[in-house]
Amino acid sequence: MTNPNGRFGIHGGQYIPETLMNAVIELEEAYNHYKNDSEFNRELTELFNEYAGRPSRLYYAEKMTKDLGGAKIYLKREDLNHTGAHKINNVLGQALLAKKMGKTRLIAETGAGQHGVATATAAALLGMECVVFMGEEDTIRQALNVYRMRLLGAEVIPVKTGTATLKDAVSEAMREWTSRIADTHYCLGSVMGPHPFPTIVRDFQAVISKEIKEQILQKEGRLPDAVIACVGGGSNAIGSFYHFIEDKGVRLIGCEAAGRGIDTFETAATINTGRVGIFHGMKSYFCQDKYGQIAPVYSISAGLDYPGVGPEHAHLHDIGRAEYVPVTDDEAVNAFEYLAKTEGIIPAIESAHAVAHAVKIAPTMDKDKIIVITISGRGDKDCAAIARYRGEDIHE
Amino acid sequence: MSNIRKAFENGKAFIAFITCGDPDLDTTAAAVKAAVENGADLIELGIPFSDPTAEGPVIQGANLRALNGGITTDKIFAFVKELRRDVKAPMVFMTYANVVFSYGAEKFISTCKDIEIDGLILPDLPFEEKEEFQPLCKQYGVDLVSLIAPTSENRIAMIAKESEGFLYIVSSLGVTGTRSEIKTDLVSIVKVVRENTNVPCAIGFGISTPEQAKKMADISDGAIVGSAIIKLLEKHGKDAPKYIGEYVKSMKDAIR
Repeated sequence: MTNPNGRFGIHGGQYIPETLMNAVIELEEAYNHYKNDSEFNRELTELFNEYAGRPSRLYYAEKMTKDLGGAKIYLKREDLNHTGAHKINNVLGQALLAKKMGKTRLIAETGAGQHGVATATAAALLGMECVVFMGEEDTIRQALNVYRMRLLGAEVIPVKTGTATLKDAVSEAMREWTSRIADTHYCLGSVMGPHPFPTIVRDFQAVISKEIKEQILQKEGRLPDAVIACVGGGSNAIGSFYHFIEDKGVRLIGCEAAGRGIDTFETAATINTGRVGIFHGMKSYFCQDKYGQIAPVYSISAGLDYPGVGPEHAHLHDIGRAEYVPVTDDEAVNAFEYLAKTEGIIPAIESAHAVAHAVKIAPTMDKDKIIVITISGRGDKDCAAIARYRGEDIHE
Repeated sequence: MSNIRKAFENGKAFIAFITCGDPDLDTTAAAVKAAVENGADLIELGIPFSDPTAEGPVIQGANLRALNGGITTDKIFAFVKELRRDVKAPMVFMTYANVVFSYGAEKFISTCKDIEIDGLILPDLPFEEKEEFQPLCKQYGVDLVSLIAPTSENRIAMIAKESEGFLYIVSSLGVTGTRSEIKTDLVSIVKVVRENTNVPCAIGFGISTPEQAKKMADISDGAIVGSAIIKLLEKHGKDAPKYIGEYVKSMKDAIR
């Protein structure tokens, strides 16, 4: 899907300061070498299986299916991975690659804290130094994850600039990378940023759709009718879609965080409300004003609270191969509670956006249809915030 | 010939960066005039961007103050048109790719020509992506200024060969902001630049004192100062222009 300059249609590219150009070129060369290196792949598979707990389950949600009375629903349980989210797939790949490149230090941005925790985990495992940038607002929303990162030996730097959320954490991590390149790898957490990151992160996350395909063929003897995942930057979604892109009969549905609604300013639904721009190293869709100033975005979910989207999603949208739908805070919170009560699974509030859309469309589909929802992470981290949303103040 | 060339005809060039609208456009106009009257050879006018990823805290602060004051690209265009009546020195815009792209690249670049802006510096537009705006810049006679960094190494010759206006040599790793010491082997970088182009080159990032400016200008064709000037605006607000004038004079005297 990627052309040599890291373009997905018109999207992607490398819009970064000259200071970083040789670093991304070095990364691309190393990645192109190691992705075909059998020893690298053996080590990564071992980390995936023995350390992260892959393959993750494809679980038939029988109660939910019966309750909704339509399509058969399967849940891809990325929440069962070590550290509780899909983020570990990408991080183990990038950390191993960085180590092979002779880097001794990982830096990362994080929104909800899941990518930061995953990076801190990989750094601890592989004996690397780790610094995580996190918007100050998010360090408050996700205090437990801040503690987890510190426990794992990482330094967490609260970012106070801009809106003090994920986009500012990305900007600050980029600034840090320009000041220290020789020993440092920027372990970007989503399918965004300059080439080759959108491709590298996608390839490491593509294990999700590779497994879904094998598992559904084994269980049902056929491909699903729809694959649904939440989209912030879009890494779990592209991971869930990737091996189905050529299977035109499979609907690919990305759920964007609409916050208080796409007709309000308090939204983070980039494809639904944004337009093409250039930011954080890539051309893609961004929430922005008419002068190209990046808009403050809002979602109850810290992990989807980002004003851009990965360039491959922008392209899949342009060519009509994937659909991107908005899901509000309210719908996501209802789905969060619904999945907990119906299946005994507490999803991350991010993943609850995907569940919410499935709840909408499953009843409209025939009983012989199949939907796969990727549960990208577990919801323990969100319990206090959801309680607050419902007017209940609990101590974390 | 590029109008920017004139900036390098008065001995070593002193290049001053000022963010438009920090704290307001009247102050920006007074600051530009004070800088030019006191020897600045080229003015870099910053068009603020909400998320300036190549800037340190000082210039980030200026961007924020200007945007909070309601500055927009259209207001800056009207302002520069007015400013051009009094200021003849070469001027370039420094901003981010999205500000140009989002305005409509052709509309933005053709307006630059109309209001006599001589060049464009976009820190997030490296050599590999310059096709985004280069053809339009050529069409309208606006120089697209290239940057060279301490990490450019094997890329220096390639960038220098296709450079226009002037070459902006980034003195140090990291973002903009004053530094006590500059350790990069700039002599070697400038040597490769000279072997590949006649376009003048100036050094920026981290320069604040007359001693640093002299050292950088001795190696190259000029010195670029941003954060040190912005700090004066941060400290003195509307009264900053007279301090900027004094400061620019001390810097230009040091490198003359």
